Amino acid sequence: MNSVGAAAAQALQLIVGADPKLVAIVLLSLKVSLSAVVIACMVGLPLGATIAVGRFSGRNPVIVLLNALMGLPPVVVGLAVYLLLSRAGPLGGMGLLFTPTAMVIAQAILITPIIAALSRQVVEDAWVEYREQLRSLGETKFGAAMTLLWDVRYSLVTIVLAGFGRAAAEVGAVMIVGGNIDGVTRVMTTAIALETSKGDLPLALGLGLVLLAIVLALNATAYVVKETAQRRYG
Amino acid sequence: MVISRRSIGGWVLALVTLPLCAQGRFITVASTTSTEQWGLFAYLLPIYEQEARVKVRVVALGTGQALDVARRGDADVVFVHARSAEEKFVAEGQGVKRYPVMYNDFVLIGPKSDPATIAGSKDIVAAMKKIEATHSPFVSRGDRSGTHMAELELWRASGIDLDKARGAWYRDTGQGMGPALNTAASMNAYILTDRGTWLAFKNRVDLKILVEGDKRLFNQYGVILVNPEKHPSVKKELGQQFIDWLVSPAGQKAIASYKVDAEQLFYPNASDSNA
Repeated sequence: MNSVGAAAAQALQLIVGADPKLVAIVLLSLKVSLSAVVIACMVGLPLGATIAVGRFSGRNPVIVLLNALMGLPPVVVGLAVYLLLSRAGPLGGMGLLFTPTAMVIAQAILITPIIAALSRQVVEDAWVEYREQLRSLGETKFGAAMTLLWDVRYSLVTIVLAGFGRAAAEVGAVMIVGGNIDGVTRVMTTAIALETSKGDLPLALGLGLVLLAIVLALNATAYVVKETAQRRYG
Repeated sequence: MVISRRSIGGWVLALVTLPLCAQGRFITVASTTSTEQWGLFAYLLPIYEQEARVKVRVVALGTGQALDVARRGDADVVFVHARSAEEKFVAEGQGVKRYPVMYNDFVLIGPKSDPATIAGSKDIVAAMKKIEATHSPFVSRGDRSGTHMAELELWRASGIDLDKARGAWYRDTGQGMGPALNTAASMNAYILTDRGTWLAFKNRVDLKILVEGDKRLFNQYGVILVNPEKHPSVKKELGQQFIDWLVSPAGQKAIASYKVDAEQLFYPNASDSNA
């Protein structure tokens, strides 16, 4: 039995056939993970940059903690968000459990530390280089952080992609808070988990290849945009 | 198009406010992996949704987990298969009333080589004893699901004290039915499964049905409305309406008409008050 060949054939069939159900699942995956990345960036980038230029007591422990949080297990995040959003939990009244919004929240929590920790490193390196210059311009610490963030924007692209990759690839958190409901909260990774548990391994692997192709296309686009912009605007 | 520093905020806002889900009339049903995986809901729900104009969202979990989700008020209806756990759920005041809906049966699966020589037997207890005596590999769900509870019941009925008897031969996987079957297939182990999941399961490798037809392998499904007095968010009318349909002649007929490979998988028995 050639299961890899069968999987590749399945993947091709899925992509070419553009099955409407699969398209809906792919679009939901992109919507959820991209929203999570946007939220994580809004929090993580300023946070990382501020820590990079800041001098405060307990800075080193904060950096270690932030770096450690990059290894947050998705299942733990899922469980915490589940308990938070459950009807019996503190935010239960909002009725967000088993909705795509819950999935966005879980993924955003998962990847914010990644974006904050990696951007902290990049901005800090730039800070060492431009510190005197920015000080002589009379920038505040926060202003300097934002300026540096803008200055290293091309390096941030890779960081954002790392965050997106983590969000799009995880299954533990979205399975718990989304519930893998057909047509409502089923995304690529939970669909793959479902087909695996049905024992339809070629279809599961086929879906995996489709997910890989999407992530690849997205990364290629980001790369091209980054290169073009860098060449044009330096 | 130039993405300037200023315009980034606008882009961000546009993305975040994308409508994430369309709301409508729906109920949430916590159910078991077995009903979801072999396609009963995919067949049944469109019939009901068309008729009642209500969407039914199914979260498929093990029976124990499904009841826990309902205990937290996160589901309107539970549709599971472990009678004693269901009765306990109602006795706790978590559920309003348990309705029997349908049944199917468990089957004991094992490798064609059959090291415990139990093939063709109709006595599940004798078969379990032989598996234990020969220490043949056995995969357990180990996840408090309905099937896991049924398995533990069978060990008890066989007079085997699992705490003492378990060894390397007894593999506690803590997984859903499908992953547990995948594990059994890869290690040529014995495993207890509901018939529906087995029929829909594709990665069988060397496994086949060895023991079936014992009345102790009976697998009853029940449906319960989560108690709105305990959980005010429960959609009482819509949930009860779904239950009423399941046990109505129309719902029972729909359940009976679902077939996989021309084989009926579930037998409606809502009228049997002892079920």
